[in-house]
Amino acid sequence: MIPEIGHFALIMALMLSVAQSVLPLWGAHRGDARLMATASPLAFAGLVAVGVGFGALIWSFVVNDTTVMNVVQNSHSAKPLIYKITGTWGNHEGSMVLWVLTLAICAAAVAGFGRDLPSGLKSRVLAVMGMISLGFLAFTLFTSNPFDRVWPPPPDGQGLNPLLQDIGLAIHPPLLYVGYVGYAVTFAFAVAALIEGRVDAAWGRWVRPWSLAAWAFLTMGIAIGSWWAYYELGWGGFWFWDPVENASLLPWLVGAALLHSAIVVEKREALKVWTVLLALLAFALSLLGTFLVRSGVLNSVHSFASDPARGVFILGLLAVYVAGAFALFAWRAPAMAPQGVFSPLSREGGIVLNNLLLCSIAAVVFVGTLYPLFLDLLTGQMISVGPPFYNMATAPLAFPLVVAMAMGPLMAWKRAAFWPVLQRLWWAACIALLAFILALVLGGWNALPALGFACGFWLLAGAVVDIGDRSGLGRTKLANVFNRARHLPRAAWGAAIAHAGMGVTILGISGMGLATERLIALPAGGTTQFAGYEWRLDGVRDFQGPNWTSRKASITVMRDGQVLHVMEPSRRFFPVGRMTTTEAAIRTNLARDLYAVLGEERDGPTGQREAVLRLHHKPLAPWIWIGAGIMALGAGLSLSDRRVRIAAPNRRRREAEEAARAGATA
Amino acid sequence: MTRKRRRLYILMLCAIGLGSATALTLTAFQDNLVFFRSPSDIVAETPPQGRAFRLGGLVEAGSVVRDATYDGRPAITFRVTDGAHAIPVVFNGVLPDLFREGQGVVTQGVMGTDGTFRAREVLARHDETYMPPEVADALKRAGHWQPEAGAPPPPNQWNTLRGNNAPAPTPARTGS
Repeated sequence: MIPEIGHFALIMALMLSVAQSVLPLWGAHRGDARLMATASPLAFAGLVAVGVGFGALIWSFVVNDTTVMNVVQNSHSAKPLIYKITGTWGNHEGSMVLWVLTLAICAAAVAGFGRDLPSGLKSRVLAVMGMISLGFLAFTLFTSNPFDRVWPPPPDGQGLNPLLQDIGLAIHPPLLYVGYVGYAVTFAFAVAALIEGRVDAAWGRWVRPWSLAAWAFLTMGIAIGSWWAYYELGWGGFWFWDPVENASLLPWLVGAALLHSAIVVEKREALKVWTVLLALLAFALSLLGTFLVRSGVLNSVHSFASDPARGVFILGLLAVYVAGAFALFAWRAPAMAPQGVFSPLSREGGIVLNNLLLCSIAAVVFVGTLYPLFLDLLTGQMISVGPPFYNMATAPLAFPLVVAMAMGPLMAWKRAAFWPVLQRLWWAACIALLAFILALVLGGWNALPALGFACGFWLLAGAVVDIGDRSGLGRTKLANVFNRARHLPRAAWGAAIAHAGMGVTILGISGMGLATERLIALPAGGTTQFAGYEWRLDGVRDFQGPNWTSRKASITVMRDGQVLHVMEPSRRFFPVGRMTTTEAAIRTNLARDLYAVLGEERDGPTGQREAVLRLHHKPLAPWIWIGAGIMALGAGLSLSDRRVRIAAPNRRRREAEEAARAGATA
Repeated sequence: MTRKRRRLYILMLCAIGLGSATALTLTAFQDNLVFFRSPSDIVAETPPQGRAFRLGGLVEAGSVVRDATYDGRPAITFRVTDGAHAIPVVFNGVLPDLFREGQGVVTQGVMGTDGTFRAREVLARHDETYMPPEVADALKRAGHWQPEAGAPPPPNQWNTLRGNNAPAPTPARTGS
């Protein structure tokens, strides 16, 4: 019964989204206030309907309802409750329902917080969101219905993939989805602006927080996915330039460009057409990411069950939305008159440079990701594009981006001078140079990681200079400086913190560039010297888990005769599903990670039993994810800025005016 | 600054950005494209020395030696076959979780002068029923799977494949 209610609720949501995509749009076109007013209630009703559907699906998973096909394939009564719940979106069908739910939440948020939006713009935005929701609900219901029944019901489910029973993987997809769907909102705003033929500062004020929020969630989603790959897959890397990873990086890059150019629209009413284009691109790339993951056209480690019918459907959606939006863009964009003249050397100019470099990096990643696909289609030749390509092609673009990143915030709007900016940054440059030389000497003359260290310290020092400069450091008394720093707009703090977070991430990545590893076969009691530590294999023994058995090694890590860590890497065997997983052991002290993986056991040359171990020493590894967290924090701080909430007093003033008018007529 | 001048500057910047991105992409492509070769491709045409490529196929049943030593370090040797030919592979490292005899595998590395493939990476997927598309294609080309006859047989039945004198794989189920 519950699954039928869920199914019915999704069909209701589909009908509501049809109404939502037609009525408000028609109303806005005719200037009919009653039709336009249907937009918000329809958005709220859509949220309720999708919410009921999603709740019904969670319920089916929690009670392990084996008459539902999706539960049979993806769940099992022996799973812990938390993984039963997270398993709801750990599969294709459920994740599509989550996608639609996130979209419905965003639409309801636009309807709820957007009381101050001009009613024409608001109804058009909600109508476009209704169209997106319509496409994805149709996709879910027609090609991947999560509520399909199976009869007779099997005694229990089959879904116990041990790799997916992990907290990192449970929160990674929802975060990514919020990011992707956030760009659906900016897309809707861009399309609505194109229909109206008008982009102004108020539009920028609405687009900026949405792009900021979407970007913050995407940052966290990507970081958690990368962290999961690092500790769970046992390869010892954090980023593999896998097509599916690239698919999430593309909207991140374009989204970063968007949130900067939206500032220019808001503050200076310039770069309008470009910002609209970026908003369209960011969502197009999010859709492309969904298509790549769902269709299985690219060979990737993310092996979702692929189904050609689904791929064609999503490709169709992609074509309709993207081609439609770009046709509208080509038709209407020339009508938008540019305003806000600025000199190339100014804050605006800096943001143009930032946009240009970010988009160039995105273009390189895009080509590298899709080139194998096209070559295969055109010539049948099979190739792959690996990490060396991306490192070689993106690093020369990332370097000037980082150099400009510290300088941009110090430039004045409209027209700036180069020399004062350099004067304020000279000590940051000294720190960067010092870091470069130190890293070069201590890191064994590796130029690229040393350059990375220089970039990281340059950004950190640049952020300090930015805040110091804004609070008048060196121009006024220290007490004054603190007072001023406290009262700086939160957006200023947010920007500085996000830039510093990027610096921390770059330091982490550079540290990874100095990582070393050793592959060695040790008998029980054998020791080896590696990375300045003494590693002793105490032994390998059997271990019994709840639904797996494992071989677990015990390694004692010592320095100068003192025991630092006992590490226990293991290999687990899951009899249900006949799977083996590698559980790496990781010990961190924030300055470095020690990482151990247990390999084969075998008879050594002397006849002793040996275990093959892979040991890694990874300097600064945790900083990669800490930096990503700082970036997201900076974005969040910027979101809480007064400027974003400025609409509230406006509303109060308007209400007061209306009340006064009512009083006057009474 | 006039609007025209500004537009000119921005267009120039765009041209420089796009141009450098294209140049970087092309130079990086030149050295870093990794081609996929099946064992039959390697026998037909000797791959260039020192250039990395991907070798894919099935891990030949009974060929995995887990206690070899290569280059003074523990190593694993096995043979990768597409039914028509087999290439010996040596790998220094810890094999991924789903590496199994008879299953599809893609390895990346360079060809040694002795005809042994030195794998730097072994890629196996986290799904035991997953067949890398390149491997499926290599098997098709080597004549071990006729797509017209239906879907490929499940990978765990393909472990009967052995080098040159391979018996035909279990025919795919036809009809239903």
